[in-house]
Amino acid sequence: MKLRILGMVSGTMVTIALSCGQVKAQGGMFATNAGVTRFSSETPLENINAENKKSQAILNTSSNELAIRMNMRDFVFPNKLMQEHFNENYIESEKYPVATFSGKVDKAPDYTKDGTYDVTATGKFTVHGVTKERSIAGKVKVEGGKISISSDFDVALTDHKIEVPQVVFVKIAQVISVKAQYVLTPYKK
Amino acid sequence: MKSLRLIFIFICSATASFAQDDLLGELSKQDSATRMPVTATFKSTRIVNGHSVETMKKNHMDFRISHRFGRLNSGAYQFFGLDQATMRLGFEYGLTDRFMIGLGRSTSQKVYDSFAKFKLLQQSTGAGSIPVSVTLFGGLTAATLNKELVFQDKITYSAQVLIARKFGERLSLQLSPTYLHRNHPVVTGDEKVLLALGFGGRYKLSKRVSLNGEYFWTAREKNTITAPYHDSMSFGVDIETGGHVFQLHFTNSLGMIEQQFIGETTGTWGKGDIHYGFNISRTFSFDKKSKGSGKTY
Repeated sequence: MKLRILGMVSGTMVTIALSCGQVKAQGGMFATNAGVTRFSSETPLENINAENKKSQAILNTSSNELAIRMNMRDFVFPNKLMQEHFNENYIESEKYPVATFSGKVDKAPDYTKDGTYDVTATGKFTVHGVTKERSIAGKVKVEGGKISISSDFDVALTDHKIEVPQVVFVKIAQVISVKAQYVLTPYKK
Repeated sequence: MKSLRLIFIFICSATASFAQDDLLGELSKQDSATRMPVTATFKSTRIVNGHSVETMKKNHMDFRISHRFGRLNSGAYQFFGLDQATMRLGFEYGLTDRFMIGLGRSTSQKVYDSFAKFKLLQQSTGAGSIPVSVTLFGGLTAATLNKELVFQDKITYSAQVLIARKFGERLSLQLSPTYLHRNHPVVTGDEKVLLALGFGGRYKLSKRVSLNGEYFWTAREKNTITAPYHDSMSFGVDIETGGHVFQLHFTNSLGMIEQQFIGETTGTWGKGDIHYGFNISRTFSFDKKSKGSGKTY
């Protein structure tokens, strides 16, 4: 009896150790520090565009974990006054300096084969200090040892408690469309 | 057994989520070296009367209308000062993100003023951070009221080193050492050169409203026959609405340019020689890249 239990325990431990090992595997890390994230707000009165060329992304191809991070202050607006208002009034960059995504690629493509794959990533999306669980669709392109991730998705201002005052309400869209384009290369610590 | 398994699964998932945080942590480790500028130390290029460290951004023009009314203690007949108004009109433009120029005209003494402002240092955080913002200011003005003076004698030069630091989100403080050279002081006997030290600051009450204050200590004997002047002290509120900044304030100075409010303030707060006033600043973007976005903002 004792032996059986011991055997089961050790058996469980082995399987768990194995599955844990898989998660922990560090092999196949791809990353970038120069991802491009754009967003735009379109209303009949005004179109606002901004671009962040320093977005960071990291993908673990063995565990399918994906993390994205960007400094809100790195968003560049053609109109510098808007940039100041974006940081000071809407996003409050002093309090919430970064936006992040941390999750997993759901149906993992074969990263060893060149090709383009439709994927979704599910995880925690944080902007303006508010975290939302989200599933975001995108494309993964494997080519020449590089992995490109691209995605178009929407962010509703109310989801992240970003307040727009009445006077500029008609000039700022309530749903912002975001385009992300990251080219990841093999990552060495 | 079940509970044992659950514990293991829990440990496993904990490691997994730890690994996820690790991935984000890995990114932030990479980022720690980035230098981030500290922006919006003040809402406007002025604290109240005096210049702040802020400059107009490239290809942006600031059109300013400033008013100072008469003294609050002038009585009901003068409608507590509102019957009299002194004003300044100004056009100020950013040639680069750090260098701006300005032209203005004041009704008081019929002064034309011009200035240039250069942001030498921008406060920043992160690696190699800079603790303060430093802006250099140089002004040249011509007071045209006294027609008997030769042109040379109408000129005043001013120079300032503006040093400011934003302490967190709400509080910004500024020091403004000032040098004024009047070729022909208004009161005979007043020194041509005047040194002053300005103290200014703002405290943000909300995202769009801040409380501002300013004091200029002048290095001279005050309230004498040769210099019947006092130090300038002002308090105000900044209200920002998109492209406008409204600055409403109370000050013992009537003038709105350096030589006047630093050098020639005749009122004192104690006696109620207080002027109500406001600055309205409207910013226009002339950036071609932002065509269609910004002009109406």
